[in-house]
Amino acid sequence: MLPGINTAKDGGIMHNQEELILLGHGSGGRLSHDLIKNIMVSAFANPLLAELHDGARFSIDGTKLAFTTDSYVVKPRFFPGGDIGKLAVCGTVNDLAMCGAKPLYLSAGFILEEGLPIAELKKIVESMRATAQVAGVTIVTGDTKVVERGAVDGIYINTAGIGAILPQADITASRVKPGQEVIVSGYLGDHAIAVMSERHGLTLPSEIISDCAPLNGLIQELLTEVPAISMLRDPTRGGLATTLNEIAADAGVGIVLEERSLPVRPEVSAVCELLGFEPLYLANEGKVVVFVEKEYSEKVLKIMHQYQVSAAARIIGTVSDKAAGQVALRTMVGGLRLLDMLSGEQLPRIC
Amino acid sequence: MRLTAEETARAADFLTQAIAKLAQRPVRLMEVCGTHTVSIFRNGIRQLLPPTVELVSGPGCPVCVTPNQYLDTAIAYSGREDTILATFGDMLKVPGSQSTLMAEKTQGADIRIVYSPLESLTMARDNPEKAVIFLAVGFETTAPTAAATILQAAQQGLDNFFVLSAHKLVPPALRTILAAPDIRVDGFLLPGHTAAISGFAPYQFVVSEYQVPAVITGFEALDILQAIYMLLAQIAAGKAELANQYRRVVKPAGNEAAWNILQQVYQPAAAIWRGFGEIADSGLALRPEYSAFDAKLRLPLAAVVTREPAGCRCGEVLCGRIRPKDCPHFGHSCTPEHPVGACMVSVEGACAAWYKYGQGRWNYA
Repeated sequence: MLPGINTAKDGGIMHNQEELILLGHGSGGRLSHDLIKNIMVSAFANPLLAELHDGARFSIDGTKLAFTTDSYVVKPRFFPGGDIGKLAVCGTVNDLAMCGAKPLYLSAGFILEEGLPIAELKKIVESMRATAQVAGVTIVTGDTKVVERGAVDGIYINTAGIGAILPQADITASRVKPGQEVIVSGYLGDHAIAVMSERHGLTLPSEIISDCAPLNGLIQELLTEVPAISMLRDPTRGGLATTLNEIAADAGVGIVLEERSLPVRPEVSAVCELLGFEPLYLANEGKVVVFVEKEYSEKVLKIMHQYQVSAAARIIGTVSDKAAGQVALRTMVGGLRLLDMLSGEQLPRIC
Repeated sequence: MRLTAEETARAADFLTQAIAKLAQRPVRLMEVCGTHTVSIFRNGIRQLLPPTVELVSGPGCPVCVTPNQYLDTAIAYSGREDTILATFGDMLKVPGSQSTLMAEKTQGADIRIVYSPLESLTMARDNPEKAVIFLAVGFETTAPTAAATILQAAQQGLDNFFVLSAHKLVPPALRTILAAPDIRVDGFLLPGHTAAISGFAPYQFVVSEYQVPAVITGFEALDILQAIYMLLAQIAAGKAELANQYRRVVKPAGNEAAWNILQQVYQPAAAIWRGFGEIADSGLALRPEYSAFDAKLRLPLAAVVTREPAGCRCGEVLCGRIRPKDCPHFGHSCTPEHPVGACMVSVEGACAAWYKYGQGRWNYA
């Protein structure tokens, strides 16, 4: 029997019993969601996990903490604007920041393939050290395993992190309300296209550089200055479209995006057109989406424009009371259409 | 010249108003090409049209019209130890009778995605002990590149490179639609990129023999709005002419170099289309001079047993007989994650476009 195919039986349609893991299960889109919901969340069931935020939030002896983990398998290991080490630190730092926390301590677990040049490992570890320094976090514990040739592809890294939740922060889907505005911190899709072009040796008229960067400095200032911010999320795997669909579903609201306001570099659009990708589904590694009451939008933008990582920030849409749980896109020509979650695989091993 | 967002919005507004004025009686326009279908949905164009203007998708999605028999043959080849299949990515998930190429790949078959058929030549050179079969699916637009690849293979004397051709020509399918008494089409948005290769001549019969207005159309939102306006203007004036909206790309004589390469390598042959059955002279078969590259001839297979999926109405969608949401499977038992038919799988499939962009399952009132 075959994976992922409907087989007609007795006039009805049934899903196959012996399903296998497909690359699409790792895309961050609908398949990933179903997999996580049906297998992991149902097994580990608890209220902290059920929030399905970028990290878990809890209190220990009255101190509010955030805790998160992420694994990195990006291919190739080095790409314009970053490498697997930088990514492994930024990803976890940003996940903590999205919980409204100040990231403090990280762990680093390495799975190394027999035959990996030690010089390469040194380069990756040095990149982690430098990124941790920029982000102001300390890597305090770790683990190293080596597996035989072919069992992994060079190096995989897992990082986990712990952070202290900022006293002003209240990042929760239930605070997202109709009338609020949606702000994105800059150009979409740069990371995915940088990695893809390096992987496939595409020669582009101008090099596209990954946006991979720690956002915790920016987020800390935003949350301190604008406590009205109701929601933060970094649109990584699955891209902006997937992130907004998750928020719309969690908050029970509709979201309307304006296509003309979406920041996408022309060279990213061009590559997407060529390869059949959509920028709104491409992974970003140094971007944040912010939800805030309209009257605070200008203040948020003013702060964002002072940081290099968010210099191109802009308002891209509004929260609506129509079509709850769904995201709509108002196109350049004025039509309105659904912006659905990513279905199937778009780009494997992008982070 | 690229328009600014402001200019695009203004032009769209102007065209939409002009269309509304002309659309006095109900008309049914067919966008033949899958790329048009996607652009129409992606840009939300259906919502900009008055209720009198109905857009219906046609047979111009190459993956969708490729019958199960072809997929089953490809899958049978993928089971051979000494074979590498090279294919465009959108063929992978299309359900055959028993399996998909994706399922075979997951279970170990050597199936590789290419962006250009030329990549399969490199594969053949790098793997001299294997047979590399390129799955040649597509219309007039992609066939010349496949033909050029075959010419290169001949030049390089490659004897382990083969083509399994399901190439098709668009005009014979349009003739079948026009001849069907139960399919009403008041005007055609013709595919700009196939006309860019073949020129006007193969489409002339639409207006001369059947008196149905036709406009060769580009793929941007404004191209499509303008072409709809041009069709409505012809209908209002009682005319039936072959017009060219996509002048910046399509020349009356087409791309003679590409067309000649196609003619040099391929000849018209009967072909089976999903939903249509066999259409005479609608396929492209390798000419006898190039039969050394014909997988069917050189790598014979045992007969493949084929059946179409139960209850799937893709065929009727492709002929413009029904809309995707008229199929009972649409959005329920047939979704992009679990497709029943090809039209839900291919990125250019009408069902996939309806589903993805929300028509028939979402209404933002």
